[in-house]
Amino acid sequence: MVYLTRKAEFSASHYYHNPDFSPEENRRIFGKCNNPNGHGHNYTLEVTVKGEVDPRSGFVVDLKQLKEVMHREVLDAMDHRFLNKEVPEFLTQIPTTENLAIAVWQRLATKLQKARLHRVRVYETPDLFVDFYGEE
Amino acid sequence: MKAHLTRRYRFSASHRLHSAEMTEGENVATYGKCNNPHGHGHNYALEVTISGSVDASTGMVCNLVDLDGFVESEILARYHLSNLNTLKEFSAEVPTTENLSIRIYEILQRGFRYAHLEGVKLEETMMNSFEYYGGQQSASRG
Repeated sequence: MVYLTRKAEFSASHYYHNPDFSPEENRRIFGKCNNPNGHGHNYTLEVTVKGEVDPRSGFVVDLKQLKEVMHREVLDAMDHRFLNKEVPEFLTQIPTTENLAIAVWQRLATKLQKARLHRVRVYETPDLFVDFYGEE
Repeated sequence: MKAHLTRRYRFSASHRLHSAEMTEGENVATYGKCNNPHGHGHNYALEVTISGSVDASTGMVCNLVDLDGFVESEILARYHLSNLNTLKEFSAEVPTTENLSIRIYEILQRGFRYAHLEGVKLEETMMNSFEYYGGQQSASRG
């Protein structure tokens, strides 16, 4: 088994708010992130796939195909977007880094042809990242 | 759904690697420049990895305010701008980054209640890092 990781970057804005909480609760739990006008990050995405090396091509996965799927399913939808307002998952979920990693996984898992998804890592900043390995 | 969250912190500290169980010659042979009696310092980078279910109402494994608060008061306040050799935990133990990563893991394991601790990674320099996930009393060199 060989693991292959492809990186990508995207920039997006978001804010944290749960309509079931009172305004005070939202401010207490989410702090500055509760500002409804949003704020932004430069996200780094790392997608790791795993598989056996194809003896003919020497590849685990066709990197071009992986790159295209990442662009189509994730970057086209999220780059330079306000996540809360423009990405369907986040109309109902809070766009935390945790939920972002899960959403990226769900967007990619069924679209990859040969390799299996191993891990999605989303960096919100260089000092904070979330790993999601699928439902365990 | 379970996710892993990693947060990165920085602190600076000095230390001297010297074992009371070795002769002077052995200490110099083992620790080289790190055995300098006056000590030397590093800018450490600490990564703390926790895990847990993503709370449906907050979208979080753990509120970062709680993690940052704990690390600040229990780890950074203790080690940042300190001489590690003067601390109680290193009075009888060499303050290698292996041992420091184990001590930091233990502080988190003992006191951090907001999520499950997966492990810690401690970078001594950009070239050396150490990871500890509990269990055996040894950290792995990376």
